[in-house]
Amino acid sequence: MDKNRKVHQFKNPVLNWIEFRLPIISYFKKEYGDYPMPKNCNYFWSFGALATITLVTMIVSGIFLAMNYTPHTDMAFDSVERIMRDVNYGWLMRYIHSNGAAFFFIIVYIHIVRAMYFGSYKYPRELNWILGVFIFLLMMATSFLGYTLPWGQMSYWGATVITNLFSAIPFIGEGLKTWLLGDYNVGNATLNRFFALHYVLPFVIFGVVGLHVAAVHVHGSNNPDGIDIKTNNDSVNFFPYMLIKDTVAMCAFGVAISAVIFFGPNLMAEVDNYIPADPLVTPAHIVPNWYLAPFYAILRAVPDKLGGVLLMFGAIVILFVLPWLDRSKVRSCNYRPIYKWFMMGFFVNFFALGYVGMLPAEGLYLLIARVGLLYYFGFFFIITPFVGWIEKPSKLPLSISDVYAKNIAPNIGGGEKGMPAPAMQKDTNL
Amino acid sequence: MAKKPKNKRRDFLQLSTVTLGAVGTAAFIWPFLKSMSPAEDTLAAGSTEVDISAIEEGQSITIKWRGKPVFIKKRTKDEIDAAKMVQASDLRDPQDDADRVQKEEWLVLVGVCTHLGCVPLGQKVSDMKGEYDGWYCPCHGSHYDTSGRIRKGPAPKNLDVPPYTFLNDNTIKIG
Repeated sequence: MDKNRKVHQFKNPVLNWIEFRLPIISYFKKEYGDYPMPKNCNYFWSFGALATITLVTMIVSGIFLAMNYTPHTDMAFDSVERIMRDVNYGWLMRYIHSNGAAFFFIIVYIHIVRAMYFGSYKYPRELNWILGVFIFLLMMATSFLGYTLPWGQMSYWGATVITNLFSAIPFIGEGLKTWLLGDYNVGNATLNRFFALHYVLPFVIFGVVGLHVAAVHVHGSNNPDGIDIKTNNDSVNFFPYMLIKDTVAMCAFGVAISAVIFFGPNLMAEVDNYIPADPLVTPAHIVPNWYLAPFYAILRAVPDKLGGVLLMFGAIVILFVLPWLDRSKVRSCNYRPIYKWFMMGFFVNFFALGYVGMLPAEGLYLLIARVGLLYYFGFFFIITPFVGWIEKPSKLPLSISDVYAKNIAPNIGGGEKGMPAPAMQKDTNL
Repeated sequence: MAKKPKNKRRDFLQLSTVTLGAVGTAAFIWPFLKSMSPAEDTLAAGSTEVDISAIEEGQSITIKWRGKPVFIKKRTKDEIDAAKMVQASDLRDPQDDADRVQKEEWLVLVGVCTHLGCVPLGQKVSDMKGEYDGWYCPCHGSHYDTSGRIRKGPAPKNLDVPPYTFLNDNTIKIG
């Protein structure tokens, strides 16, 4: 091997021993110690860390639930009830896991909103965005598989409806569905494989998250002003500044999720799932989990089976190409006076789709879903490519430090008088 | 770049190695994929015999066959007439009522909506039966008529008719 390799020297001889054989200490120091973060990053930038913590929490609580769960159609429902009643702290594990899934989606949705609004998907972070959408897809698959396991009425009929989506594919659809289910309808074979896949997919997610983080560390994090780090004055080290900031965010998050786990653990659950699965009776309203509801609304808005399925999957696939649909070079919507409002409209529209996705598809709700569907795709295919042409972005600051300089000396930027940023003083010693 | 004769032999070796490897990998993956198809005992799930002597006219029962609900309905005169009146060519999935029954009064259907697999309502007297007085799927609003044919809503096909035979006047064998 390379004899001239420079080995990082530490004071601790044990670290040196490891470093010489596996340069993992210097790797962590570089990526999580000295890693420069733009100093203007707000709390939106904490949601990546929160998502990682939630993923780990989900994996740990899931492993302990699996120790008491039985993936058999005759026993699954009762084994979950046993976890709730008899297993020591089983109720806590399950409520952490079920509410953790909902909070995982809340966090990831905010993380995506952050990436879209501040243009984090643009050059040179396109691959990072693609990996992120891939993680989002894996999360949806994993949560769907997991929702089947308690084998309640919503579990069973949710699994039936979603697997039937595949039967819409011409020619091979019916065979593909049977192959996925291992039976002609959702049955024991299905429950067994869903459990196996639900167990393994989070580790796949973990791997992709590793790539996602590695990719963002190559060019560094984006920031609210969407401009690159130019000098050391523009950044702070990850340790301790961002670590402390993320810890504050984590404490706030911990309070929020604990409040739900301990005081409203079934707020986001469907009551019908406390009825054991019955293959002969469909619940009056099959309701997806709220975090998948916007896509379910799109499915139901189309009065054609194949068309609905294509548009629903299309709504996710379209995200992959967003970096190439957006022609504007300005990243942050803070500097895009027109697109900013369309972007906020997109978020409101997505929320509205989710709302009607949980209500019966008729009358006004159906109309809202159809208008929402049009805006969803219109946003990507028409608004995003064309606004970039007609819009005149506001003047970008020269550097990240310049953002703060303006606040102190308003005559430079010509903006309104701002408070001197207290962060400024702290950062000058860097 | 012009290739020397020596390289042709190397190309051949590389290509054949890669091909053999690809075929071998595919052959190795196949059993794993195939293991996810329905197992032999699932395929062998047999037939069900049903006593229909207790079913009154206009009444309908639900039985379980291969894990799916099957509707057996003794239709009234009005329902038969309504089903026969329809022109098959006007339907989304054109089929005459006569092609869907063996004996006019007995309608046997797999009670699974052809849209996304829910069980349509209409078996109980109190159920919604939809605009065509047959069955109505609550999930996404498909309406079926008194022959179980799709008339309105997102479902692409009529309710399936399972294979069945009349063993005698009082017994149907499904499957």
